[in-house]
Amino acid sequence: MPARAMWKGRIRLDGFELPVKLYSAATDRAVHFRLLHAPDRVPLEQRMVDPATNEPVAYQETRRGLALEPGTLVVLERAELDELAPAPTRDIEVLSFLAPERVPRRFAARPYFLGPDGDAPSYFAFAEALASERKQCLVRWVMRKTEYVGAIRETEGYLGLVTLRHAEELVAIGGLAPPITRELTEKELTMAEQLVGMFEGTFDPTQFRDEYRERVAALVEAKAKGKKLAKPRVTRPEPERSLSAALEASLKRARERKVA
Amino acid sequence: MPRSKPTAPPEPNDEALDAEMPPVGARSFWSGTLTFGLVSIPVNLYSAYRVERKPLRMLSPEGRPLARRYYCPNHARCVPNEEITRGYEIEPGRFVVVTDEELEAVEPKKSREIELRLFVDRHAISPLFFERAYVLAPAAETVRAYQLLAHTLERTRKAGVATFVMRGKEHLAAVIAEGGLLLAETLRFFDEVRTPSDIGLPEREPAEPRALARIRQTIRAKAARTLDLEVLRDHEWERLLALAREKQEAGKDVLAVAEAAEEPESPAADIIDIMAALKASLAANRGEARPATPRGGTRRATRAGTASSGAGRPARSPKRARERTAPPARPSARSRQRNGAKPPAASEPELEQASREVLYERAKSLGIEGRSKMSKRALARAIRAAS
Repeated sequence: MPARAMWKGRIRLDGFELPVKLYSAATDRAVHFRLLHAPDRVPLEQRMVDPATNEPVAYQETRRGLALEPGTLVVLERAELDELAPAPTRDIEVLSFLAPERVPRRFAARPYFLGPDGDAPSYFAFAEALASERKQCLVRWVMRKTEYVGAIRETEGYLGLVTLRHAEELVAIGGLAPPITRELTEKELTMAEQLVGMFEGTFDPTQFRDEYRERVAALVEAKAKGKKLAKPRVTRPEPERSLSAALEASLKRARERKVA
Repeated sequence: MPRSKPTAPPEPNDEALDAEMPPVGARSFWSGTLTFGLVSIPVNLYSAYRVERKPLRMLSPEGRPLARRYYCPNHARCVPNEEITRGYEIEPGRFVVVTDEELEAVEPKKSREIELRLFVDRHAISPLFFERAYVLAPAAETVRAYQLLAHTLERTRKAGVATFVMRGKEHLAAVIAEGGLLLAETLRFFDEVRTPSDIGLPEREPAEPRALARIRQTIRAKAARTLDLEVLRDHEWERLLALAREKQEAGKDVLAVAEAAEEPESPAADIIDIMAALKASLAANRGEARPATPRGGTRRATRAGTASSGAGRPARSPKRARERTAPPARPSARSRQRNGAKPPAASEPELEQASREVLYERAKSLGIEGRSKMSKRALARAIRAAS
């Protein structure tokens, strides 16, 4: 089933506009439950309630407040908040082009695809240009009253986009590494590298399955049919070794596995 | 929406809180063992993010903070937690009730191991798969094995890929190293990322040669070497804070709030300074092994009626309702040969034992509304219900 575009905009490059549609690249596969009122199994609704009167307050009537100091709230009126929102625009501003590894993955917030909104040849030219120049495109745009910064990459011939998190949200990890107390030996380093080499492969996401989700789905299905589920569990024991001995044993085992 | 709504803030000046805090502020989410061949590396996992914004509270027209409640349209009243159960909609309006016990029974076995059996080029993992990042801090007295793996991954530019169990769920993760530090990046499973053909993007077409040449030129002209962090500043929040401060100083629209009505707790209060916390835990690890101690959030278990930020949307949109379908179960195809590490002695941080901010983070990732006013128990319940 083709997905619906969430938003439309245009990438603005020097004297050049590329109209695009934005689609979510993430899809929620989790088994979702609803909260029910136990006696009658009626789905519950969320309401905002005034604790003083115990009466629900309609969303349109609510106001907003921010606690800057303990014991007080500063009320921010809707008009004030609206004024703070960035001006709506369809423009996607290009900030710069960066090597793909220049933005650590942990900066990523959410994934999207951009699709062509007319002018497909230019769209695919943009994708190909990013791939051949080995660059990602840093962009900024306003969508639904919020400003976003994102990185566009060529992805399977198309344009993949991730929104980036705010700098303040990222923990600065520099300087957190444990200090070296005793240098690693040449032998250890070589063996570790050999071991990594032996388990080397390509990232194929289809090799990994969310078995928990599958079991929850099976549980729900069984219950819907009025059945019960039995589930097995396993535990595994473990040996303990010195670092060098463990590396050697690991390499030996990995080699045997390769031969076999 | 791409970004979640503003959530709760760090409150560095809360002295009363500080007095109750252990010296290490940031709590480990998970502790377990990284294994690499037969080498095992005990680690504690911390979030690589902190909560950036204070929550905007929802107020009544008179300025009283509102509380989020569950309302039964049939009984026309709000329902206490004890009367709430969880159901799966098998057909419109018909639900099967699923209990906590039933869900617990299908949870993955309580393995506390991240077994690295595959190493891939770290840059070959598409950012579209990326979910969240965690810092893996060493949790043993000797850090040599930790350093060896970090060094090797950094030098070979590899990521170790594995599935592991955290908070009763299976996660796919890439373990990478940066500056001598190991990081775990959780990844979406393959069927959670759409492909261009899933979306229905048009067939690929040859690039228009003149456009291609022109764009390549522009790319070269606008190339930058590094990411300018300035562009990632949260200008919107800065503007909002500035306005609020201005009004506070001018005494305009400032309301007194009864102690009980104040924001019950901020999940970030415990993550006062994750840097300091991590450094402290790393320093402590040089001496002896320090098991992660999940602390209960009883201190702030009492909560008053308050509201969280923005979105007072109805709990279930039609779109979400459509997506609420169970994925087909597939037969197990993958053989799991395992040789892991000795399971550490510390107890598994289950939902019940998990700290409130652990639960809060989880609730946030699940998009549970009203999470900032939920108690630990309510959070655990909502997470079970939503996951």
